[in-house]
Amino acid sequence: MSTVKGSHILLRHRDNPALSTFEGYIKDGGFKTWKQVVTRMTPEAVVNEVFDSGLRGRGGAGFPTGLKWRFIDKNNWPHYVVVNADESEPGTFKDREIMESNPWQFLEGVMLTAYAVNANVAYIYLRGEFWMLAAELDKQIARLRKEKLLGMKLFGTDYELELHTHLGAGAYICGEETALLESLEGKLGQPRLRPPFPPSFGLYGKPTIVNNVETLANVPLIIEKGAKWYRKFGTEKSPGTKIFSLSGRVAKPGNYELPLGTTYGDLIMTHGGGIPEGRKIKAIMSAGASSTLIVADDKALATPMDYESVPALGAQLGSASIIVIDETVDLKWLVDKTVHFFNHESCGKCTPCREGTYWMNNITQRILHGEAEQKDVDLLKDVAMNMKGKCLCALGEFATEAVVSSIERFPKDFKIKAGAKTIAGELKVMHD
Amino acid sequence: MTDAVKPNVETTLVNLTIDNVPVSVPKGTLVVDAAKRIGIDIPVFCYHPKLEPVGMCRMCLVDIGLPAVNRETGKVETDKQGRPVINFGRALQTGCTVEVAEGMVVVGYTEKVQKARQDVLEFLLTSHPLDCPICDKGGECPLQNLTMAHGRSDSRFIFDEKIKLAKHVPLGEMIFLDRERCIQCARCTRFQDEIADDPVIGFEARGRSLQIVTYSEPGFDSIWSGNTTDICPVGALTTTDFRFGARPWELQASASLCTHCPVGCNTTLNTRREAKAGGEMVVKRVMPRQNEEVNEIWLCDKGRFAHHYAAKDDGRLTGPLVRRDGKLVAATWEKALALVAEKFEGAGKGLVTLAGGKLTNEDLYNLAGLAKARGGKALLDSRMAGGDLTAQVGLSTGSNLADLGKGDAALVVACDLEEEAPLWWLRVKQAAERGATVIVANPRRTKLERHAAFTLRYEYGHEAALVTALVGSFSPKRADLPAAVQALIRDKDVKDAGQAIAGAKDLIVFYGSEGTGLAESAALARACANLLIGTGHIGRPNNGLVAVWDKANAQGGWDMGLRPSADLAADLGAAKAAYIVAADPAGDSPALAEAVKAAGFVVVQDIRLSATAELADVVLPAAAFTERDGTFTSGERRVQRLHPAVPAYAGLRGDFAVTAQIAARLGVAQEKRLATGVFNQIAASVPAYAGLTSAALSEVREQWPVIGRGDVYYGGTTYDNKQGLGVQLPVSGDSPALTFEQPAEPAKFKGLKAVPVTRLYDRGTTVTPSAVLHPRLPGAFIALSVEDADKMKIEPGQKVQATLNGVTVEVEAHIDNSLAQGVVLAPRSFGLAIEGPCEITVKK
Ligand SMILES: Cc1cc2nc3c(=O)[nH]c(=O)nc-3n(C[C@H](O)[C@H](O)[C@H](O)COP(=O)(O)O)c2cc1C
Ligand code: SF4
Ligand code: SF4
Ligand code: SF4
Ligand code: FES
Repeated sequence: MSTVKGSHILLRHRDNPALSTFEGYIKDGGFKTWKQVVTRMTPEAVVNEVFDSGLRGRGGAGFPTGLKWRFIDKNNWPHYVVVNADESEPGTFKDREIMESNPWQFLEGVMLTAYAVNANVAYIYLRGEFWMLAAELDKQIARLRKEKLLGMKLFGTDYELELHTHLGAGAYICGEETALLESLEGKLGQPRLRPPFPPSFGLYGKPTIVNNVETLANVPLIIEKGAKWYRKFGTEKSPGTKIFSLSGRVAKPGNYELPLGTTYGDLIMTHGGGIPEGRKIKAIMSAGASSTLIVADDKALATPMDYESVPALGAQLGSASIIVIDETVDLKWLVDKTVHFFNHESCGKCTPCREGTYWMNNITQRILHGEAEQKDVDLLKDVAMNMKGKCLCALGEFATEAVVSSIERFPKDFKIKAGAKTIAGELKVMHD
Repeated sequence: MTDAVKPNVETTLVNLTIDNVPVSVPKGTLVVDAAKRIGIDIPVFCYHPKLEPVGMCRMCLVDIGLPAVNRETGKVETDKQGRPVINFGRALQTGCTVEVAEGMVVVGYTEKVQKARQDVLEFLLTSHPLDCPICDKGGECPLQNLTMAHGRSDSRFIFDEKIKLAKHVPLGEMIFLDRERCIQCARCTRFQDEIADDPVIGFEARGRSLQIVTYSEPGFDSIWSGNTTDICPVGALTTTDFRFGARPWELQASASLCTHCPVGCNTTLNTRREAKAGGEMVVKRVMPRQNEEVNEIWLCDKGRFAHHYAAKDDGRLTGPLVRRDGKLVAATWEKALALVAEKFEGAGKGLVTLAGGKLTNEDLYNLAGLAKARGGKALLDSRMAGGDLTAQVGLSTGSNLADLGKGDAALVVACDLEEEAPLWWLRVKQAAERGATVIVANPRRTKLERHAAFTLRYEYGHEAALVTALVGSFSPKRADLPAAVQALIRDKDVKDAGQAIAGAKDLIVFYGSEGTGLAESAALARACANLLIGTGHIGRPNNGLVAVWDKANAQGGWDMGLRPSADLAADLGAAKAAYIVAADPAGDSPALAEAVKAAGFVVVQDIRLSATAELADVVLPAAAFTERDGTFTSGERRVQRLHPAVPAYAGLRGDFAVTAQIAARLGVAQEKRLATGVFNQIAASVPAYAGLTSAALSEVREQWPVIGRGDVYYGGTTYDNKQGLGVQLPVSGDSPALTFEQPAEPAKFKGLKAVPVTRLYDRGTTVTPSAVLHPRLPGAFIALSVEDADKMKIEPGQKVQATLNGVTVEVEAHIDNSLAQGVVLAPRSFGLAIEGPCEITVKK
């Protein structure tokens, strides 16, 4: 039986570092579930267990995983599983830790998923910068093949499974599932029109389940210990634990696996050790660069981090990459930084995002360099508002979140003083 | 193309309202198309009715609501007045990607939608150079038009921050890209992927750096490239031929036809009076004219660019020439015609007329009439046979390749369809995509095979045997069939293809001239007719025989009573007087040049001084196709009309009129004033043309998609068809009997066997005057099999000496790995002396 301490379902290696080795994982009961499932369970039973667990996608959208698996088109074959290991959201570094330190649990999760949706091939799509990780995973997959945990006629059944890794070429948009599929097919990474969604039209036009690394790393324990056990963590509608990637102006940045529903205050102040040097917290970005800025008041700090509560703050849980912003940060700088990121990463497929991010970046640069007037701030917000609701994929929407929320919620930062000198130089020293 | 606009698809109707106007459209129709059907414009950039939607530009955003359905009862909820409650989504939706649904409400007039259009345009213009004053698209530009309709009046983007990009990027020799003007709509790339199946251009990079690049060597290597300039919604893609040549609003438009191949694409000639042409009217560009039954809205690049042979340049003949002291010198019409009449009179029955297949029906009719009246020969300059059969079992009235789909079949035999008749390739490919069974039978690989359900290979010379074997595969065994046929019948693919053909609802058989001379062509045509008759695929629309003629109006030639000569050299050599019109036998082959020299008295009538004209006793000039009226009959037996676009040189007339003037001097009365007058005579005397009128040719029907000039935003700069869709002739009805002639065994040669093949871009007299095509015209070449090349140690690209029919030419050696050993491809119209299969020697 796999050992679980506290709320570490995914970061179990922190309690038992041996898990990162094949032997250590086996010793802890690893791959017993795999054998059990392939030899004794029907794919439907696996899907049902995950459905009952209430597990929701950890890639950002929080879509119920079991429901997604049920959507797979059973009249069109073959099926594929694709793991989204693109982890490109600024401030997100959880998938990496899982794959680096608890790889076997992750791989077992991928394998169980493939079995559940009747796929015989699964691809792990990693961002290009993860090439060392991919090399490790390749070795680990080879080991699984050698141990006859992968390959033909598994455990004497007719089921066969192969895993492959694939490296992206460094585009953030390739984390968006349909752009990822395009990229995996060897094409330019641009999102597809949806619908149809991947479970009916995915890789090479075939039914495909795309899930995040963290999502799938939950599966082995859900199957082993049951949906009921899993539901002991988290809240009614957001069951389970979540790895919160904590970064920014906080004393102890890092990954924290905590039950969903833990408050921001608990994460930042208790686990993260608060803000260094006695400075005050100003804002929270709840989902990396793709977030609105939450005013970090008492209400916000008391808000539970789950899929239902965060929207009440005008924000999203997303990939739960929490970036802490303290009182010394000028949001002009922050907004320029995020807009620059999206301008750089817009795939260019649709007009509002391709042109809007470019335009916004021109304006944020002017604002940052003290070359703007107050009406440029209004223009910036207007451009962002004009992008909203018109883009082909969520990236374009993400690009407007920090802009609009900062200007609306932190108007002081965007008051342009007449004749104000550039603040860029000053900020450079602080942040580079 | 969405299912909704595909013919041949069973459809249920869906009711919705767009801007309060109720409309019923087939299920699967996209919202933008539904609006278009009732004349409501939802502006688009990336959407094109012939391409798969991508939803990229976001110009077509509209508010879309659906009836609220009660979860429990499953019924549509209604308000107090009993009207259905409509739920609108939070965000606007792209009308180009959403399919209609029952009860849907689409709204485009609200402030929210109008604002969205303004916003998207503002975004587009931030990066746009707005160099309309020097842009070729200016005046027919969707971005201009939609900005006028929906854009802001001011610019909030700082001009100095505009992105600067390369403005003259040659994607290939024919197409230029202006990177600043590109709005990243992917119409061009989708056209190349989906329609042309030449995925040679695509996007590179991302964000504002996203740009069109070419992947091929040479760049933009596709014979369809020009079409992208029509559908590009901005001036980002322009043709080398037209760019910076004129402003669209200066251009006049005349309906015409492409005269390069038997498809008969409908065109519009854009003309302008030009100072640098001495104030003359000049054809500035050839544009497609919509005919959904012929070329839809497309043209191949040959049709678009190879029009310069008709231009009024120094090479054109402007007055008659008469040989005096061995030299051709200018003469008056009166003198020249008198001399011609005198000599023809003297020749009596020894008059041989040879007519080019690019002449109009009217020219051919008068020529044949003259020859017949004088007891002479009326020959058609063609190496293909079967025009009599196509008149009997060809396509009949009401046929449209767009109707072929599931359950139907098309057989394409001895033909490289994309090279011989590009638009038919495109239409047969689309038939395959709609589910028709396409069978390609050819001795070597061709592009159509990508879409074929069956690919049948046979030995050159066995084309008739192959078709006979297809007949044999479903008819009772016949022991008397030649061994080659027997062997092919045993082939599983032949058998399966035969079954598919026999079981097809509708069947069209295309036969080309790959590897055939006249004799082989006759046998092939006969075998194809047998196949159609034997399977009952005749006398109904969308069934029958199509000759992929070597000349655009060869069908008209046959219909007017001309026939190809079985031995042209002998016929010409024995002529007491030869009247050669729009044909260049001397240029085609050295053997024929000798025959022309041997002929008694030679009159050549043409628009340029051809090699044959150089040998003539009298040369008579004629008006080019751009300067005159007349009709053509396409390979699908559609009679279509062309109109004069520019005036002819003073005194020059259409060929029919010149012939009539000669005839008059010989006492033969012919219509010499109006082409329509001749046409009326044709209608009165040629049975298949009975009752045809010019008015009938000019009839138009509503076509889908609706593509008019005012709609350039939707369909591109293709012209709408106001001048007539033409009339498809009926078949004669007297079904010929199924006759099993034994396909003859092909002649065997000691050495290598050369077979003639057709290339779209050849070095013939109608292509070479167009300099724009020169970079794409290969030099003279032959193609060898891998084995033969190995044996002779010949490398690809190496220069070799090829001797055919006693004439040696230096050619480049190509290697085709789908060729059988012992066979050498010899392209027509590249200076190689080849009329049909013959022996060839190749020396290094
Ligand atoms: C711009 C953009 C970037 C994304 N990047 C990632 C990513 O890096 N990793 C990830 O797992 N999901 C990412 N997603 C979400 C995926 O599209 C998809 O929803 C997710 O992979 C589904 O897996 P899940 O259901 O397990 O969360 C991104 C989405 C968008 C719109
Ligand atoms: S929103 Fe941005 S990233 Fe998404 S499709 Fe449009 S341009 Fe590409
Ligand atoms: S070149 Fe023209 S057709 Fe091609 S993407 Fe750009 S704007 Fe569209
Ligand atoms: S397909 Fe034939 S008729 Fe059409 S444009 Fe090309 S050459 Fe002319
Ligand atoms: S998004 Fe619909 S026309 Fe471009």
